[in-house]
Amino acid sequence: MKTHLLPAIKLTLVCILFFSGAYTLVVWGIGQVVAPNHGKGEIISYGNANGNSKYGFTNIGQTFTADKYFWSRPSAVGYNAAGSGASNKGPTNAEYLAQVQARIDTFMIHNPAVKKSDIPVEMVTASGSGLDPDISFQAAKIQVPRISKIRNRSEKELYDLIDKIKEGPLFGLLGPGKVNVLKLNIALDNLK
Amino acid sequence: MAKRQRNTALFQKELVNEALVQSFVKLNPRIMFRNPVMFTVEIGTAVMLYVTVYSMMSKDTSEGSVGYNFSIFVILFLTLLFANFAEAIAEARGKAQANSLRKTREETPAKKIIANEIKVVSSSSLIKGDVFICETGDIIPTDGEIIEGIATIDESAITGESAPVIRESGGDKSSVTGGTKVLSDKIKVQVTTEPGESFLDKMIALVEGASRQKTPNEIALTILLAGFTLIFTIVCVTLKFYADYAHTSITIAAYISLFVCLIPTTIGGLLSAIGIAGMDRALRANVITKSGKAVETAGDLDVLLLDKTGTITIGNRKATNFYPSVGVDNEKFIADCVLSSLSDETPEGKSIVELAKSQGAKTQATDALLKDARFVKFSAETRSSGIDISNGVRIRKGAFDAIKNLCEKAGNQLHRDMEVKVKEIASNGGTPLVVSENEKVVGVIELQDIIKPGISERFERLRKMGVKTVMVTGDNPLTAKYIAGKAGVDDFIAEAKPEDKMNYIKKEQKLGKLVAMMGDGTNDAPALAQADVGVAMNSGTQAAKEAGNMVDLDNDPTKLIEIVEIGKQLLMTRGTLTTFSIANDVAKYFAIVPALFITSIPALQALNIMHLHSPASAILSAVIFNAIIIPMLIPLALKGVTYKPIGASALLQRNLFIYGGGGVLIPFIGIKLIDMAVAFFI
Amino acid sequence: MNSELLGVILMFVLTLALAIPFGKYIAKVYEGEKSLLDFFAPLENFFFRISGIDAKKEMNWKESMVALLTINLVWFLFAMFILMNQGWLPMNPDHNPSMSSDLAFNTAISFLVNCNLQDYSGETGATYLSQLVCFTFLQFVSAATGLAAAAVVFNALKARTTKDLGNFYNYFIKSLTRILLPISVVVAILFMMNGMPMTFDGKNTISSLQGGTDTVSVSTGPVAAMIPIKHLGTNGGGFFGVNSAHPFENPNYFTNIIEMIIQLLIPMAMVFALGYYLRKKKFAWMIFGVMTLGFLCLVIPNMIMEQHGNPAIAKMGVDMSAGAMEGKEVRFGTPASAYWSIVTTVISTGSVNSFHDSFMPLSGMNEMLAMMVNAFYGGCGVGILNFFIFIIIAVFISGLMVGRTPEFLGKKIEAREMKIAVVVTLLSALLIKGGTALASYWFAANPVTHAGWLNNPGFHGFSEMLYQYTSSNANNGSGFEGLGDNTPFWNITAGFVMILGRFLPIIGPVAIAGILANKKYIPESAGTLKTDTVTFGVMIFAVIFIVTALSYFPALVLGPIAEYFSMIH
Repeated sequence: MKTHLLPAIKLTLVCILFFSGAYTLVVWGIGQVVAPNHGKGEIISYGNANGNSKYGFTNIGQTFTADKYFWSRPSAVGYNAAGSGASNKGPTNAEYLAQVQARIDTFMIHNPAVKKSDIPVEMVTASGSGLDPDISFQAAKIQVPRISKIRNRSEKELYDLIDKIKEGPLFGLLGPGKVNVLKLNIALDNLK
Repeated sequence: MAKRQRNTALFQKELVNEALVQSFVKLNPRIMFRNPVMFTVEIGTAVMLYVTVYSMMSKDTSEGSVGYNFSIFVILFLTLLFANFAEAIAEARGKAQANSLRKTREETPAKKIIANEIKVVSSSSLIKGDVFICETGDIIPTDGEIIEGIATIDESAITGESAPVIRESGGDKSSVTGGTKVLSDKIKVQVTTEPGESFLDKMIALVEGASRQKTPNEIALTILLAGFTLIFTIVCVTLKFYADYAHTSITIAAYISLFVCLIPTTIGGLLSAIGIAGMDRALRANVITKSGKAVETAGDLDVLLLDKTGTITIGNRKATNFYPSVGVDNEKFIADCVLSSLSDETPEGKSIVELAKSQGAKTQATDALLKDARFVKFSAETRSSGIDISNGVRIRKGAFDAIKNLCEKAGNQLHRDMEVKVKEIASNGGTPLVVSENEKVVGVIELQDIIKPGISERFERLRKMGVKTVMVTGDNPLTAKYIAGKAGVDDFIAEAKPEDKMNYIKKEQKLGKLVAMMGDGTNDAPALAQADVGVAMNSGTQAAKEAGNMVDLDNDPTKLIEIVEIGKQLLMTRGTLTTFSIANDVAKYFAIVPALFITSIPALQALNIMHLHSPASAILSAVIFNAIIIPMLIPLALKGVTYKPIGASALLQRNLFIYGGGGVLIPFIGIKLIDMAVAFFI
Repeated sequence: MNSELLGVILMFVLTLALAIPFGKYIAKVYEGEKSLLDFFAPLENFFFRISGIDAKKEMNWKESMVALLTINLVWFLFAMFILMNQGWLPMNPDHNPSMSSDLAFNTAISFLVNCNLQDYSGETGATYLSQLVCFTFLQFVSAATGLAAAAVVFNALKARTTKDLGNFYNYFIKSLTRILLPISVVVAILFMMNGMPMTFDGKNTISSLQGGTDTVSVSTGPVAAMIPIKHLGTNGGGFFGVNSAHPFENPNYFTNIIEMIIQLLIPMAMVFALGYYLRKKKFAWMIFGVMTLGFLCLVIPNMIMEQHGNPAIAKMGVDMSAGAMEGKEVRFGTPASAYWSIVTTVISTGSVNSFHDSFMPLSGMNEMLAMMVNAFYGGCGVGILNFFIFIIIAVFISGLMVGRTPEFLGKKIEAREMKIAVVVTLLSALLIKGGTALASYWFAANPVTHAGWLNNPGFHGFSEMLYQYTSSNANNGSGFEGLGDNTPFWNITAGFVMILGRFLPIIGPVAIAGILANKKYIPESAGTLKTDTVTFGVMIFAVIFIVTALSYFPALVLGPIAEYFSMIH
């Protein structure tokens, strides 16, 4: 062991310099060129308030619980992007099931026109990250009657908006389609 | 050939009785400790005894009813007895077999020579180095080596072979075995073993538990089984804490039942019986092994060295053709051949006369000529034999080179066609015997080896087992190649000298192969010792027997094939029963685990796929099944799993299907049936 | 075909298509043959020269293991120092605190042993310095350690009799420079193009759209440097608390595919590398077949069960077509999340893109089974070592079954090798079950004090504890994250389980291989049991099933199985 100790320490130091230091710097350098927003995360701006430009991160979901916005999914951490988290509730946990039932009830109260069997399950279950930026097409569509009423927009106009914002599967082939709630709501606010 | 009666019935009354007694004797924890799997069962049984007594005294039924606890205790106790019985019956059978061999030699009077006087003493008083004599009709009192004389001996008591054999001092046929009978003549024999140390005694010790050492594979398997036992110990111990978390109480009886069912008791109980039975099978094949390891090694053999003569070919060559030289009359040539052979007592000589007779030669006419004739015996120097007839005619027959020299020295040139003929014979596997009259070649006799019927099938079987056969012969390469091809051996050593065998063995071993050979002569001893499995003929010299690790009482050179199969069977029986034993656990789980939890977690009723009657009946059925499977498999353990030379992969497929698949299915059926019976009583 | 299913199939097929040539490449690297990246040689020589290592010196298996353990000890001490002092050390823009000693112990071990259990949460528990110098560094070197150990075993299994099994440092450095580093750089670029952050700035404060003037903090960091090696080295330790479910750590379906492929790549490629290295391709395909069969047996039920969703929620009457969405992200969908849940557990990654605690009971069981076996592909390098143990046991039993002293690749398997194989097998049973028993006992004894441990009551709570030790022993690092595991009890017990579950299963197989290498080589004959056949594959599968399923069955009955039957009742 003694014969290996000194080489081990030296090798460790070189490796740290190279694999933590040099490697990271190279990646960071490339990122300055190839990554959106110089590697600081893709942002999306939503106008001015009090003279400051307001923006959010495209990929980071936000809380939308007001009736005038398309709601995002329930989050176990209230969309706290400095402390992501899931509910980690087991499927048979009674307390959890009661919570899901309550979400369904709330949804029904705010969206009386919607049939319960049309509510997609993701709208009453919390996401993994607590920051899920997306909902499904259907989850967006069933909210249209409510928003149309509040905002006095025709339902057609809102459906068109969803169609414009929604993203299909990757290359049209792989994975699920989705609607980015933040983008949708920004577009909603911007409707002329 | 009247073979000695062999006991084939598995369970004879007296053996069973002895085994029953031994089953209880072996309950002694100190003996039990040798078998880790069964030892843990014994501990479990002791705990159950305590629980039973406790619940009886205290009337506390939190650990289940007295009857239930008592039933579990009895079943576990029976499990132990069954396992012990398996071992005991295997031992008893082995001992009985050995004793029947030993009986013949006990308390025979021996004519011991003390200071040039013959004194009759008991055979058991003979010690190594003593000299005794045996005359016609005497039973040879103990193993020894002939130091003077020659005798015909009936060895049927040992080998079952009724044809008498000849033993003489010096050379490779000098060894005699105790218990055999001298049919004619008188021999002086020196004792070679101390009393109680003959091979037979060693063999008996091997089948008896005391000195039986575990073989390498057995040790490795024991480790694996101990590992499984430990894993299931952890399963059962930790389950207690899991159950506490789930607010489920589990009785001690249930824990112990689960444990005993899960650990590989089936193979654990039968393991030593399988080993002993393997030795017993070797003994039944009239092979005395010096260690269990040798039998195991036999199953792994890669190369088999076999002497041509006696193994591949029937003892001796026979004359098959007469070819007179150019210008020599055929009848005259045959007459010469007969003349030179009439007094030749060697089998070859006899066969020449026989062939001549069958071709119509008249031997009576030659009788006159034989008067006053002088026979010239074969000598290593002249490499020829023959006859000098009183009329001055000198007839010689011998190897081509020898006769050629003889003639050329006398100034007679050999006819070219003879040379061609000689080569032709040799390349057909024959041996040419050239005949000369007055130093002039008159012709050549073709001698042919007769290959034993059925031998090539046996070699084919060996090849399928993965064993390469090598023929060892003193013949020239041409002849050797021909015979090798005809007999179906894979390789041959021609013109072999004793050290060639040794070198061949070393060469193969260097390649990592395991080599076996059979031998009888003193000059075979080093090679026998070098070989991984050396089988000495019982008729061979003491040195050969000491060097080898097995002795074949039948002196049958093809016995190695049987030994290989016995070795393979031994391993296979262990492997398949291990698989069976562990595969059983699947069903046992489905019997016991639901039973443990159903009362507190009713949803787990869904796991009770066998629809067993009640938790108590489920546990009892599993334990009962676990116990009775041991005696049910004793016949298999004793007889061994049948070996079929169908290639390793096919064999694995077959055994995996039968013992693995069967191991999963059978307990489902068995436990269900037992449960239906148990349900009547609960 | 359904686009979500197609996505999953594509992920698997692409991985396999890459793993075969990559395996060949790995074999070449360890054989020292010419390969694509030979231009790294001067760099490697520089490493060796500075450290005073003679990379050409042959080592026997014991020397290799001493070298491995020594350098691991150095890393451990280094990591402990950084973690316990990260609060005042530089690169801490968010002013995160130093770790407590028990948390640092657990965290240092968990990254050292390629487990990445993460009892802390990335955003608040670790500084950028720790993430880079400690975690990213250990993710590189722990993966290389596993690969180097596997290379020693590869070398040992070659058909000859020797003690010399190559140089550990040589294998180790080459694993870094020729295998892990190049792919990490390429993948990092792909990630950054898809919006993964790579910045040294601290938290961003933004105003939410709905909230008007309300502000929300958003954590970022040098994420793109860590995520490639996190997956490539089957480490799994995420930058953020929610790992690859986080939109910054796994921004879209494309990055999800890449993360999926690169974590399975090396474990799969090592099987083919073995085939090329030993010139026994058929043998490699047999192993691959067994592993894939096991993998499919776990992944297909999971995809079905998750797609089916939670029956209790279905009863409430909502549209269940998306499946069991609790703990899952919309952009990945249920099939890809279920697929990930098994990929990450069969190999020892333990990264998650959805939360296992909220999976259906039997899906959770399959995840645990995947880790209990820990050899269906298995971790970076160590997967094949674990599988090797199963091969040894299978060879032994089947050798007996065909009536021949068991041998593997021309070497006899005897008592000593069996002893080691049994000890290794026994160990994982002991660590997982013993640990769970200890926790159950502790919990049952003080249910009030430890109420914070379990996020879910009853059977599921038991599963959370069982999962934690299973994951620790398998060096997986995923969790039923509901478990409140940042307590001294969990930090310390899981720490010990991780360390034993890492090094003994490396030393064991290397020892067996080293002993075998030194044995006489026996050439194959007709009686030799061929180990590259379907029949033998079935035998290995049976051994894995017996050893694993049987020894864990009672525990699983009290956890997921009981939960499942109560759920459907």
